[in-house]
Amino acid sequence: MSWVNAGLQGMLLGGQYALIACGLSLAFGVMRIVNLAHGDLAVCGAYLGLVLSSVLGVPVWVTLPLLLPAAFAVGMGLQVVLFGRALRHGVLAPVLVTFGLSVMIENLLQVAATSDPRGLNGGALTLASFRITGGITVSWLFLTGFLTACAVLSCLQLLLSRTSWGRNVRATADDLDTARLVGIRVRPVFASVAGIAVATAALAGVFIGTIGTFDPQAGTNTLIFAFEAVVIGGIGSLWGTLVGGVALGITQVVVGEVNQAYAVLAVHLLFLAVLTVRPGGLFTSHQSAAQVRGVRGQGVLG
Amino acid sequence: MRRPAVFRAARAGSRDAELVAPVSVAVAVSRWSRTASVFTGASVVVVAALAAVPFVIGGPAEQPLITLLTFVAMASLWNLLAGFSGLTSFGQNAFIGVGAYALYLVAVHGVNPFAGILLAAIAAAVVSLPVSALVLRLSGGYFAVATLVVAAVFQIVATLSPSVGGTTGVSVPGLAGYSDVLREALTYWATLIVAVASVAGVYLLVRRTFGLDARAVGSDPVAAASSGVRVGRIKLLAFVAAAGGTGAVGALIALQTLYVEPTSVFSIQYSVDMLFMVLIGGIATIEGPIVGALVLFLLQETLSAYGAWYLVIVGGLAVLATLIASRGLWGFVAERLGWSLLPVGYRVRGSGSGPDSGSGRGPAPPARATP
Repeated sequence: MSWVNAGLQGMLLGGQYALIACGLSLAFGVMRIVNLAHGDLAVCGAYLGLVLSSVLGVPVWVTLPLLLPAAFAVGMGLQVVLFGRALRHGVLAPVLVTFGLSVMIENLLQVAATSDPRGLNGGALTLASFRITGGITVSWLFLTGFLTACAVLSCLQLLLSRTSWGRNVRATADDLDTARLVGIRVRPVFASVAGIAVATAALAGVFIGTIGTFDPQAGTNTLIFAFEAVVIGGIGSLWGTLVGGVALGITQVVVGEVNQAYAVLAVHLLFLAVLTVRPGGLFTSHQSAAQVRGVRGQGVLG
Repeated sequence: MRRPAVFRAARAGSRDAELVAPVSVAVAVSRWSRTASVFTGASVVVVAALAAVPFVIGGPAEQPLITLLTFVAMASLWNLLAGFSGLTSFGQNAFIGVGAYALYLVAVHGVNPFAGILLAAIAAAVVSLPVSALVLRLSGGYFAVATLVVAAVFQIVATLSPSVGGTTGVSVPGLAGYSDVLREALTYWATLIVAVASVAGVYLLVRRTFGLDARAVGSDPVAAASSGVRVGRIKLLAFVAAAGGTGAVGALIALQTLYVEPTSVFSIQYSVDMLFMVLIGGIATIEGPIVGALVLFLLQETLSAYGAWYLVIVGGLAVLATLIASRGLWGFVAERLGWSLLPVGYRVRGSGSGPDSGSGRGPAPPARATP
C-alpha cells in the first residue's frame, strides 16, 4: 500500500514540476529561447508572495490577484528589455543573457533576503488532508497544486487552439518570417508569451514555497527539474510536459521511499536515460526532436 | 566531401606565411603580422618572468598569481567550447570536480600529486567521452541545461561515495614530504604550465583547419555540415579537449586547497566565472579570455568583500557585454587599434594597393569571427 501511496504523492508532486515547466516549454516553442533564469523567476514569485502575504497579513492565495499580474508584467518587461534584444544577437546570446540574469537574480535575492530558507503562509489549506483508504492520505494542498497545474495547462491549450491570439502564437512558432509577412505583430505575441511564462512560473513558485521551503539558490535546481520535465515529455507538447512532470515526481517519491539520498539522483538518471533512448522525449514529433538537436524544423505547438 | 574553393585556398595558406591566392585579382594572404611577432616575443619574456617569481619574490606573490593563472586556463578552455565551437556548457564544473577527485584517487594510490595532474586531465577527458555522447545530441540552451544536469549528477555521485569521503570530502595525500615553500612553488609552476599550455594549445588548435571548422559549426551547424565539415567530430574534439584541460585545472584547485569536497569542487561558480571572463574579455578571440581573467581577478580582489553584490555585478556585466559589446573588451580595443596579437584568421590584401585597402576581403574567411 505504501507503494501506491508513494506513486500517488509522486503524481501530485509532478503537477508542480509541470506547472513550472509549461512556461519554459511555451517560451522555447514560440521564441526559441531557453530561459535559464526560469527557475529563479519562480523563486522570485515565491519571495514576492512572501512579501505581499506578510505585509497584508493574509494567506498567500489572497495575494495571487496582485502577484500574477505583476509577474506577467515582469515577463513582458524582460522580453522587451532583455530577451528580445538577445534573440537579435544570434543563437548564443539568449543562453548567455539568461544565465547572467540567473546569477544576478540569485545574488540579489541573497542580498535582499539572506540565505535563510523560507516558507509561505498557505492558511488552513497547508495542513488539511483527507483519507481515501487506510494507508492513503491526500493533502488538500498537493491536490490543489496538481489540479491547478491541470487547469493552467488546459487553459493554455484552449487559448492556443481556440483564440485568435493562440492562432498568432502558433503561426509565429511555426514560421516567424511568414507570420510577419501575413501581418502578425510578432513583438506583442512574444511579450505576451513571456508574460504568461513568468506568471505560471510565479504561480508554481507560490506552490513550491507553500509545500516546502525555498532559498535564493533554489532556482537552479528548479530550472533543472522543469527542464527535465519538458525534455521527458517532449518539447512543445503541453500535455507531454504534464506527463514528464508526473514521471519525475513519481520517480522522486518512489525512490525516496527506498532511500532519500538517491531520490534526486534517480530523477536525473531518468532524464539522462530518456535523453539516450528518445532524445526528443516521449510525446513529440520528429520536427521538434530535430529542433532540440539544433537542426532546423518547424511547428511545435499544436 | 569536397570543400568550396575558399576553404581549400585557406588551407593552403595555413602552410605558408604568405601566398598568392588563386583568384582572378592577385591578393596576398597573411596569417601573421609584425605586431604578432612582437607580442609573441613579449609573451615569452612574460612567461619566463612569471616562471622566475618563486625565486625572486616568493610566497606572497604566488597565491594571487595562482588565482590569476587558474582563471586564464579556465577562460581559454571555455572559450574553445563556447567561443569557437558554439557549445555553451555551464556544467564545466563537472570536470573541475572530476579532475580534483582523480588527483585524490591517484595520490591515494601512491602517485606523486604533481605527476597526478596529467593523469587527472586524462581522467577528465575519458569521463567526458560518455558525457559527450549524451549532451552533444542537444544544442543551444538545451545543451546548456543538460550539462548542468551532468554536473549535478557527478556531485551527487561524489556525495554518495564513501570511498571519497561523501559529503565531508577528503584531504589530498602524498604532500607530507614537501616543505610549504617547495609545495607552493611547485603548485605555482604547475599552474603556470597548465595556463600556458591551455592558451597555447587552444591557439594552435584554432589556427589549424579545426579552428575554421569549429567556427563554422558554432555559427551554423547545418551550413557547416553541408560544406563538408564533420560537425560531430569537431564538437567531440572541442568537448573532450576542454574537459581534459578543465580536469587539469580541477587537479590544480585540489592542490591549492589541499582538500576535495563535493560542494566546493562542483560549484557552479566556476562555470559563472568562465562565462564572465570570456564575455567580458572578448569571445572567440585568443587574447580576450586573458583580458577577461585579468578583469575578473581585479574585480574579485576589489569587490569580494561585498559578497553577493560582487556576483550581481559579475552577472550584470556579463549580460551587458552580451547585448551591448558582444566582442568584449579585447574586441573593442582590437577594433580601434587594428591589433591582432595572436591572429587566428587570414588577412587578405590586394597586392599593389595599400595595406588597408580591404579590396581582397571577399574570398577569405574573416580575420576574426564574431559569434
